[in-house]
Amino acid sequence: MADLLSILPQQLVFGLALGTVYGLIALGYTMVYGVLLMINFAHGEVFMIGAYIGWAVLAFLLNHAVGGLHPIWVLPVLLLPAMLMCGLLGMTIERFAYRPLYLRGGSRLAPLISAFGASIFLQNAVMLTQGARMKVYMTNTLFPRTWRFDIFGVNISVLVVVMVSVSLLLTWGLIQLVQKTTLGRSIRAVSEDREMASVMGVNVGQVIGLTFFLGSALGGAAGVLVGLYYTQIDFVMGYSAGLKAFTAAVLGGIGNIKGAMVGGLLLGLIESVAVTFINPAFKDVVAFAVLILVLMFRPEGIFGEALSDRKKV
Amino acid sequence: MLRLSNLVTFYGQMMALKGVSLDVKEGEIVCLLGGNASGKSTTMKTILGLVRPREGSVEFEGERIDRLATGDIVKRGISLVPEGRRIFGRMTVWENLAMGSYVRRADPQADIDHDMERVYSLFPRLKERLSQLAGTMSGGEQQMLAIGRALMARPRLLLMDEPSMGLSPVFVDQVFDIIQQINKQGTTVLVVEQNAAVALSIANRGYVLQNGRIAACDTAAALSQADDIRRAYLGEE
Repeated sequence: MADLLSILPQQLVFGLALGTVYGLIALGYTMVYGVLLMINFAHGEVFMIGAYIGWAVLAFLLNHAVGGLHPIWVLPVLLLPAMLMCGLLGMTIERFAYRPLYLRGGSRLAPLISAFGASIFLQNAVMLTQGARMKVYMTNTLFPRTWRFDIFGVNISVLVVVMVSVSLLLTWGLIQLVQKTTLGRSIRAVSEDREMASVMGVNVGQVIGLTFFLGSALGGAAGVLVGLYYTQIDFVMGYSAGLKAFTAAVLGGIGNIKGAMVGGLLLGLIESVAVTFINPAFKDVVAFAVLILVLMFRPEGIFGEALSDRKKV
Repeated sequence: MLRLSNLVTFYGQMMALKGVSLDVKEGEIVCLLGGNASGKSTTMKTILGLVRPREGSVEFEGERIDRLATGDIVKRGISLVPEGRRIFGRMTVWENLAMGSYVRRADPQADIDHDMERVYSLFPRLKERLSQLAGTMSGGEQQMLAIGRALMARPRLLLMDEPSMGLSPVFVDQVFDIIQQINKQGTTVLVVEQNAAVALSIANRGYVLQNGRIAACDTAAALSQADDIRRAYLGEE
């Protein structure tokens, strides 16, 4: 037991790092749910494609022997294209796989099923074009293994610090955007009352598209971070990460932006405790047990308000 | 200013408007009376493009607007105070007013601030509660906010759907005083009401809707004298 307690701080650091990334992906689920009341199950694949884009850019830089790769400039060079392209991909998915279905009205099941279809389509498209074998991020060219330091006996790599800070910074930026700007207000208006938002003159279709852009861009950034951290990526990585992030979004209260990040952090920490005290193999069991328990006993999550009538439909 | 000609609107299979024609002239207050399911709210929604008419036309200032997107109709100068208020409950009072000025987001901030001041002068209570979440206010305060929010778009025509609903009598009088005041400041008003007595007391003219058709149309004074109107809407035997 004493041994377990001694490795707990180290595990909590891993949990924190993983949790912020869960949170970053969860933001995409929660924002889309906010405006469309729909779970975008293709979001995990957008995250996976973000990881591939970051990998491709990094491989390009290395192949062209760009000397002196320093993370200070390389990291933005990996993140920005991944975010931009994933953002556009998210908008495309919404435009072609969901919009024709929700505009017709009726069942909310149809877009959901279409989301599963989009997810399978994207996985297979990546498998066919990139191959089924995993790709390897040359992370140590950016963050050498020796870049680590000790705090209170806990060994922390610079990469973990970067991961956590980038995730928190992006989340903070999103919250500022949503809370303080006209665009953010229009997103909140659409998620609260779509018809009244259009009576205010908001172009609802545009706002929904933009919401997909923002959520997917954050998912793409998370893909790059996870790629750098785990160094191995493949075309199915979006499935489990997506489900974990969805769990995080539900845990925090789906539709709530701060809730997504808090839910992600909490899930990461819960997992790391489970890994320490139970068995690493039980990590996913514990994570999804959390999902089931939350859905059973507090479906509105930590920050969720009791669901309004509109959202119960 | 606003002219509806032979509007036919369907809700699914149900014909909600069966050829509605009405006119609102600049500077007027016109009221649209009628019971439940007479088509009043559908008329409002059709004007704003929230539902599309199957036949007929909506003209605003001489131009057809019945094929325009709702946002473009609002930009031309029509605002709605919806039934049930429908303020954004999870936004602050200030944010609700800011949403009201959304169509004018290209305008100089000074103009928008000026209009905010105008709303505060109509509703001093809103100014005290700018940072309060709108959903936590009382029904009467929410109605003030809904009117203020609509005014922030600087409408030339204000549509009001059941502004008296769910309000205490004191608030009803207050709201209708405000409507008159807004009208005197140059905004044309089309108000839908079940409370015919109070609506007719401030209106210039009125229309009566029954089962999706215009059943009567006259000056407000004449309508409040007409026997069948008194029986049907003023609760007199």
